[in-house]
Amino acid sequence: MTQTPPPSKHVVIVGGGMVAQRLVEALRARDTAGAWRVTVFAEEPRSPYDRVALTSYFSARDPEELSLGDPALWDDPQVTLLKDCAIDSIDRAAQQVTDRLGRVWDYDELVLATGSDAAVPPIPGADLPGVFVYRTIDDVAALRGWVEERRKSGRPVRGAVIGGGLLGLEAAGALKALEVQATVIQSGTHLMNAQIDLGGGEALKRLINAMGIAVRVSTGTKEIRPSRRSGHVGRLDFTDGGRLDVDVVVLATGVRPRDELARVAGLPVGERGGAVVDLACHTEDPTIWAVGEVACIEGRCIGLVAPGYAMAEVVADRLLGGEATFPGADTATKLKLQGVDVASFGDAFAVTPGAMELVYADPVAGVYKKLVLSDDARTLLGGVFVGDASAFAGLRPLTGRELTGDPGAYLLPEGSAPAPGADLPDDANVCSCNNVTAGTVRGAVTEHGCTDLPAVKACTKAGTSCGSCLPLVKKIVTSELEKSGVTVSKALCEHFDLSRAQLFDAVRVTGLRTFSEIIARHGRGGRGCDICKPVIANILGSTGPEHVLAGEMAALQDTNDHVMANMQKDGSYSVVPRIAGGEITPEGLIAIGSVAQEFGLYTKITGGQRIDMFGARMDQLPAIWTRLVDAGFESGQAYGKSLRTVKSCVGSTWCRFGVQDSVGLAIELENRYRGLRSPHKFKLGVSGCARECAEARGKDVGVIATDKGWNMYVGGNGGFTPRHAQLLAEDLDTEALVRTIDRYLMYYIRTADRLQRTAPWMEEVEGGLEGVRQVIMEDSLGICADLDAAMAAHVDTYQDEWKATLDDPEKLRRFGSFINAPEETDRSFAYVAERGQARPATLAERESGAVLIAGTTLEVRS
Amino acid sequence: MTLDAASHALPDAALPAATLLASGEPWLPVCALTDLAPERGAVALVDGVQVAVFRLADDTVHAVQQLDPFSGAYVMARGIVGTRGDAPTVASPMYKQVFDLRTGRCLETVGREPEHLSTWPVRVADGTVYVDRSTRSR
Repeated sequence: MTQTPPPSKHVVIVGGGMVAQRLVEALRARDTAGAWRVTVFAEEPRSPYDRVALTSYFSARDPEELSLGDPALWDDPQVTLLKDCAIDSIDRAAQQVTDRLGRVWDYDELVLATGSDAAVPPIPGADLPGVFVYRTIDDVAALRGWVEERRKSGRPVRGAVIGGGLLGLEAAGALKALEVQATVIQSGTHLMNAQIDLGGGEALKRLINAMGIAVRVSTGTKEIRPSRRSGHVGRLDFTDGGRLDVDVVVLATGVRPRDELARVAGLPVGERGGAVVDLACHTEDPTIWAVGEVACIEGRCIGLVAPGYAMAEVVADRLLGGEATFPGADTATKLKLQGVDVASFGDAFAVTPGAMELVYADPVAGVYKKLVLSDDARTLLGGVFVGDASAFAGLRPLTGRELTGDPGAYLLPEGSAPAPGADLPDDANVCSCNNVTAGTVRGAVTEHGCTDLPAVKACTKAGTSCGSCLPLVKKIVTSELEKSGVTVSKALCEHFDLSRAQLFDAVRVTGLRTFSEIIARHGRGGRGCDICKPVIANILGSTGPEHVLAGEMAALQDTNDHVMANMQKDGSYSVVPRIAGGEITPEGLIAIGSVAQEFGLYTKITGGQRIDMFGARMDQLPAIWTRLVDAGFESGQAYGKSLRTVKSCVGSTWCRFGVQDSVGLAIELENRYRGLRSPHKFKLGVSGCARECAEARGKDVGVIATDKGWNMYVGGNGGFTPRHAQLLAEDLDTEALVRTIDRYLMYYIRTADRLQRTAPWMEEVEGGLEGVRQVIMEDSLGICADLDAAMAAHVDTYQDEWKATLDDPEKLRRFGSFINAPEETDRSFAYVAERGQARPATLAERESGAVLIAGTTLEVRS
Repeated sequence: MTLDAASHALPDAALPAATLLASGEPWLPVCALTDLAPERGAVALVDGVQVAVFRLADDTVHAVQQLDPFSGAYVMARGIVGTRGDAPTVASPMYKQVFDLRTGRCLETVGREPEHLSTWPVRVADGTVYVDRSTRSR
């Protein structure tokens, strides 16, 4: 080595996929001295993206949603990313590569990360219009465009996926999501035959059928024939003489390593392709490496991202003088289809000599589970899970280790035995995509102060790629937090072991309608507290028509719900009448103004496009509301865990740019969901065009007009942790939009935790955004009719809480000032004037006697 | 009938409010038991002092100061009534501190320095609720 720092050397990475990205990340993270300049040549015209999540592009449709890691990586001055710039040739002697534009680049080290492409089987007609592969964003976008074009005919679109492996089933799920009648054609004896055995494959077939996808196994495709009329794909002919009419075909028969550069450069390639490398990821040429799917390591190419990441880490280490070697491939896989749990890991086919198989099968429930154990039935070698993969995340890291206890317990139905997890050894790999061990996850809690799952994800990267390990990560985090004294139990409080969602189900199923009955049946004794009582009031409010102050319910309510106003810092209340969609007549404005004037209330316009009046004493609320109800107003539920407002821009009625009537829709939505009790307050927004003046993407449900209908976004909020809502569905007509919002809200209300807003709920709910989409738009859980009925019941039984209260002398009694002196006024309030209105006096002002106004009915001196 | 014993007596300084009782009678009737909703508070004026009165599910009645010591607002009667272990409690509606209704002790400070509530002995006789005006605990 020289004495002065050497000028940085140049590493060229050929290929711009996930593994290339990981290599650059790893190198830049560790190369603090700046020894290496990196140039990445990507064939696709975009930065590396999450190919594993490709199917989610059907719902997200925004390539940015698939972006990986920190985009700042590509702004690093040591890193150059050349998109749409494939490398054509390598000159090993000169250590140069030539790109597709003929430019020549020198390298000190070269890394092949060209990945694979979809293998097109030698079937006649595989090049017809309407036949697609499933590998890149462009493939998926083209498939989607083709299907949408076909759908315009109004007749159902028929599709086939050739290949019944992991990718084929994902493609079939994607076709189903596009409302295509899909059939999976599998030449082998069962689905996913590379990962699971025959018994598992048969259980899987039943699950796939139940999703409305047809499956043909042991079926070879002889020819893809064109339609005589259009020349597009029209029919599949099978080797057994069968036929299937189709409008679209997806080929998912496997991948082929992109090893053409290696071949031309004279590097050795494997029997079934791929640049041959040793365990250091070195090819035969000392300056050329290969990583990811193009690398033939230990005699084979591996089409999974986790081993690719491991190879990237090896090369990064070696470039910096390390001695890392490839630790062996973790070939565990999990199918990413909502409602279908399939996973396999380790020696799933029990090829280890003497291996024993332990099988649990329930064909009725569509469940098949198998553990592969060593000959002494103690060491876990592998497993297959179909229909219930709850034990997968916990068992996979135990591969090659001795199991504690009876292995059969892991195969019992979900919930009847604790899945392993919290007690994993520190060196067990929990997240194989990002190579995170149980110890690292624990360290995030004990050393880095993370107190919840999102923080641990950000700190360790665990669960940020495919997400299949998240239940396990969560379990470890929970257990670690408990050890450090942080309570993370889902139990509501000391009176209930149930979480809010469990309690909600219990109330729905048992039909119990009073707190006393509910705590007697589901509680642990006692008379409740300020945690569980409002939650039960809220659940009863979401599930039944009773008034907030009906019977025993009144005693459960927080003071805001109890007096239907918002308590402020001095014990006075603020009053917010509903102004649906922010639309108000001049007469309405005058009525509110005159009420505020008469009662001496401070007025302010809220962020939700309505008017808040502050400084009302509790005993004044009925008189204030008598005036407001007479003027045609109703409660705005500003005090409730319920719908606040539907904010709107002025829309196409007045705006030069508006394309839909956003105010009209906002009023319709606000009147539909008003008074609906929910785990947390929620807000909606409607914008009349893409300019988005209503800031709808900052709402729990945001609606943005398009020239064809409405785009629906979900899971946004402002507040402490601002979130942008994510696109759920596009171009819905108003009826479909309202139905989808109905179901979204009801699904949230039923399953969210106490005080959990929609954004964190979407992070925790099974399947995330895509999962929610399948539940509410494709009815994957079969609950949509139930959700619709629940919302219809809410809409049918809505009543204005304030009007009903004013009509009931019994309910009005609670607003009295003193129980032994109802004519006396509470004199504890003190106000001073500021900018022409009253505000609560500070303690210093009270003590100095500077208080100008005692009580709120006196005129403000200004 | 139920009687809450106070730890020690502290007479109120000012007694300006009109009273229906002969002077010297410590038990002030404040309302009928049925005027109080179970597990919900109400406010009584006891010689000008605001007192929060709570009727529990078993018809026991407790009285504590209406002034919330943490916020300085007169709101305790509007808190949610419940239990902590065996202790009947009220939670301040303002910042959610929890107090033992029998003793006024703060059981949950929500991260603040503890402050406790004064209590008054309460008696229920013939369906009427009485507060002992002469005995305010500290």
